[in-house]
This record gives sequence, C-alpha cells and structure tokens, in this order.
Amino acid sequence: MEYILIFISAIFVNNIVLSQFLGICPFLGVSKKIDTAMGMGAAVTFVLTIATIVTFLIQKLVLDAFGLQYLQTITFILVIAALVQMVEIILKKVSPALYQALGVYLPLITTNCCILGVAILVIQKDFNLLTGVVYAFSTALGFALALVVFSGIREQMSLVNVPKGMRGTPIALITAGLLAMAFMGFSGLV
Amino acid sequence: MNNIKVFLNGLIKENPTFVLMLGMCPTLGTTSSAINGMSMGLATMFVLICSNTVISLLKNLIPDMVRIPSFIVVIASFVTLLQMVMQAYVPGLYTTLGIFIPLIVVNCIVLGRAEAFAAKNTPVASFFDGLGMGLGFTIALTLLGALREILGTGKIFGMTLFPENYGMLMFVLAPGAFIVLGFLIAFINSFKKV
Amino acid sequence: MKKLESSLKNMVFVLTGTTVICVALLAYVNLLTAEPIAKANANILNTALKEVLPAYDNNPVTEADTVFGEKDGKKTVKYIIYPAKNNNKLVGTAVKSESLGFGGELTVLVGFQADGKVYGYSVLSHSETPGLGSKSVSWFKKGSKGDIIGMNPGEKPLIVKKDGGQVDAITAATITSRAFLRAVNSAYEAFKNNGEKPNGMTGATKHVEPSDSISTK
Repeated sequence: MEYILIFISAIFVNNIVLSQFLGICPFLGVSKKIDTAMGMGAAVTFVLTIATIVTFLIQKLVLDAFGLQYLQTITFILVIAALVQMVEIILKKVSPALYQALGVYLPLITTNCCILGVAILVIQKDFNLLTGVVYAFSTALGFALALVVFSGIREQMSLVNVPKGMRGTPIALITAGLLAMAFMGFSGLV
Repeated sequence: MNNIKVFLNGLIKENPTFVLMLGMCPTLGTTSSAINGMSMGLATMFVLICSNTVISLLKNLIPDMVRIPSFIVVIASFVTLLQMVMQAYVPGLYTTLGIFIPLIVVNCIVLGRAEAFAAKNTPVASFFDGLGMGLGFTIALTLLGALREILGTGKIFGMTLFPENYGMLMFVLAPGAFIVLGFLIAFINSFKKV
Repeated sequence: MKKLESSLKNMVFVLTGTTVICVALLAYVNLLTAEPIAKANANILNTALKEVLPAYDNNPVTEADTVFGEKDGKKTVKYIIYPAKNNNKLVGTAVKSESLGFGGELTVLVGFQADGKVYGYSVLSHSETPGLGSKSVSWFKKGSKGDIIGMNPGEKPLIVKKDGGQVDAITAATITSRAFLRAVNSAYEAFKNNGEKPNGMTGATKHVEPSDSISTK
C-alpha cells in the first residue's frame, strides 16, 4: 500500500517537473516532438533508477559509515557523471538497439538536475533502498508523463499563429503553467 | 575597460535567464518571494565568481581530456562550502532554499561559464564574467520573485502593498512561476529586434 | 606557461590532485562549521521551546524523552517529549508530534501546561500549500480565528467545526487544519501517557536534532 501511495504521489501529486521544478531544462529543451520526448523520458527513467540505487549504496556504505556526509554533493555528481558514461558504453556493447533509441539523450542527462535532486531527496527523506527505488522510478515516470503530454501540446501549437513576442520559450512557459495548474488538481489525492 | 564590457555582457546582453535561458530550475523553484529569489541569485553568484576565478587560474594545469570532471570537482567543492556556511549562519534561509542549494552544481550557468569563458580567459576577466552573469541571474530572480510576491500576496520583500485577500494565490504556487516567467520573457523579447 | 598534455600520467595526477585538495579544504571547513551548525540547529529548537512553554529554568533538550513507534518493522521516532521545570517543579511539557497534512508531513511542537491546557504551539516544518495550509503557522495562535490556546484536548479532543468540533478551520484548508489538530491531539496523548508511565516505551536521549526535513516548494 505504501508503495502505491509513493507511486501515485510521485507521478501526479508531486510531479517532479510541474510542482517541484526539477529537470526544467530538458522539459523545455526536448519537448518539441513527441518522439524525442519519449526517448528522453525513457533515458531518464533508466538512469534515474540506477543512479538512485548506486548513490543510495554509496551514502549508506561509504559516506555514513565514515562520517563523510559533507562530501555528499561532490560524490554524487561525480558518481552520476561516471555512471552515465558507463551506461552509455555498456548499452553500446550489449544492446545496440536500445543504444540507438536512447544514445543521443544520455550525455544530456548528467546536467539534468532531477537526477542529482532525486538522489539527494531519497537520502533526505530517509527512505530505505526499496522505497527509494520505487520513489525514483515513479518520479522518472512522472517526468516522462509531463514531458510527453507537454510535447503533444507543443506539436499542436506549432500550427497555431502565436503573437510575435510570445513565440518560442514564452508561450512554452505559459503552456507549462497551464499544465501545472491542471496537475494541481491532483493535490490532496494522497 | 574591457572588464566592464565583460561585466555588462553578462548582466544585459547575455543575461543568463532572459536571453540564454539557463538554470531554469532554481529560477522557477525558488522565486516564490522576492527575498528567496534574491538569496538564491546571490548564492549562485558566489559559486559562479569563485569557480570562474579558480578554474581560470588552473586552466593550464588541467589536461583537456579531464577538463569537465575537474571543473565539476571545483564547482561541487564551492557549493558544499556554501552549503556548510549557510547551514551554520543562516539556517532559516538554508531550509527555505532546501534542495536547490546542492543543485547549484548542475546549474548549467556555472559549468557553462567555466567551459565557455573561464577556460579561455584571464582570472580577472573571468572574475568579472562571473560577477556580471551572477548579478544578471540575481536581478532576474529577484524581479521574478518580486512580481510573484506582489501578484500572489500583495507584498514586496514582506512589506504589504495591498491586502493579502486581493492577491491571486496562484502566482505563488507552481503554475504562477511558469506563467510570470513566460510573460516576462515575452515582454523582453518585444523590446529586442523584431 | 604551457598547457599540460593529456597523457594518462598527467590526467590521473591532475584529477587526483584536484580532488585531494578540494576534499582537504572541505574537511577543514566542515570542522570549522560543525559547531556553529549544531548551535544553529539547537537554537531553532530552543526558540520554539521558549515560545510554547511557560518560563522555565532547566534545559528541556537534555532531559527530553523519545517515544519510539514502529513503521515497517523499523524503529522510528514518534514523539519527543520536552519537560520544562522551574525550581525543579514541572511547569509544562512540550511534545513534538507529526501527522500527514495536505502536502506531506506536518511537524508541530505543542506546549502543554501541567493541567493539560495548550499553552502554545510552533509548526517546525510543513509542506502545505503556501498561502493556504501554510497559514497553520499562525492561524491557531492566540487572537487569531482558530485560537486553540487554553483548550484542553483531554476534556474533548480538538476537532474542526465542520466535523462537529470547536475549532475554526483555516479557510480553504480543512485538510491541513484536521491534520494539525490530529497532531495536537496525539501530542496530548503522548503528554498524558508520559505522566503516567515515565519509563514505558521511552528512553532518554542526550541530544536530539530538530527535524530538518526540507520543504521543496
């Protein structure tokens, strides 16, 4: 039951993009087409889940064990950067098909703040490993959902005549605002 | 005089928020009031100035292929430093800004300026670039925070302009962040070349 | 100065060097700030305690009792009870208690007089909607609309008017109000049980860190 609650809350109620403001850059950057949005969403889901497991283990087994909590930020970002590289290399060897699908998005992920953000949040919320993984996975799904829905809207929008000053980012931001308002309807659900 | 040009470039011509559109997460996430926006901007400015200066001092010592990891280590160190100092002396603010403090590490502005400017220029110029960019970021965040605070609660920097009940609460909440920033950028765009 | 080449030796050397210097620097700063951080944290708690309790001359933090609960078989902190004494006479008790609000955990420090009346409260952390649920920080204080000061949850549990109770809920934030009152009522339970069986499930803790849960909004 607890896992279902975390799952729903992370996807809808506390959507990482629309209510926590993490991962906005890719949200605005790769949301012009549904295909790319789906690719990015899948890549983030993949990396976020793995990164959370790894950073969690490092926090518990290394940082906490030796009282080095103050090195959290520096360790996590390096681990995530290394991890993304490794995932890229392994994918290339093991599953070229998956690499074809996700490859281009992987390098962009290191600077996606939702990866580091979720890794830190899992530690701060004092989750255990399983809860942390469920949380990370559902958060990533929430990211993918927001991204795909948003890109669907933007695809339609490219056909619309928008006032000159509003073209590009401004109208995208306002659309995202309306979407965030829609997601606010979920608040209080859990 | 060159340094002043570098400084103004960051402040106006290449304003990180309104023109380059970098570092959107803290821009939207921490601007629920003017003071929060300003603090976040200043925190980022501190990291930006320090990392820019240090990286430009070290640029000849760092081989090209390990450039990015070394930059990240330097930036992350300054962020952690800031984190500890804030926790010790301004705990309230630290709690309010929360997760966005460690996330300065992945703020595209910081690494972006290290790579695009500090790695190629003198420490003094890099210092001014950090100052200009940081100040541009701070001003943008303060402006956004102030607008949201006024529209949402009728206050600015905590001073009441009109009764809170007339404020539109939505602007303090998540959707307001997107919408106010959207209109701000549209407003600035309409002043630029057509 | 010439730029170093990207030979393996140089790369390993430089990366290790940077990391070692940075870590050493951080370790030093960590040492310097450890005490101010602990002090700042204790300060937050002490200010809250002063606010919710009548004047006292002991140190409630060092005499605090922690009540543990169970969650998924894991031992978790349920309540922390801070006794306030003046001239060795118990004048009040503050209880830190939590409940699930609209946006997440709501942590409240409630101060009770010896007879069980609410003396004061302080919201330590919350993630309620700004402008609505976040009003709980002052809504239930003396002179405000939802004033609960002086009420005794022992006579009748505190319930919002909508549910047939006696407390005015925060406008448009009934769920937060219910959660808040739930936290107050359960704090009272802890306060009462503590008086009856001081050595029940409690264990004295020397130093208790205040909850540093972050609000992400």
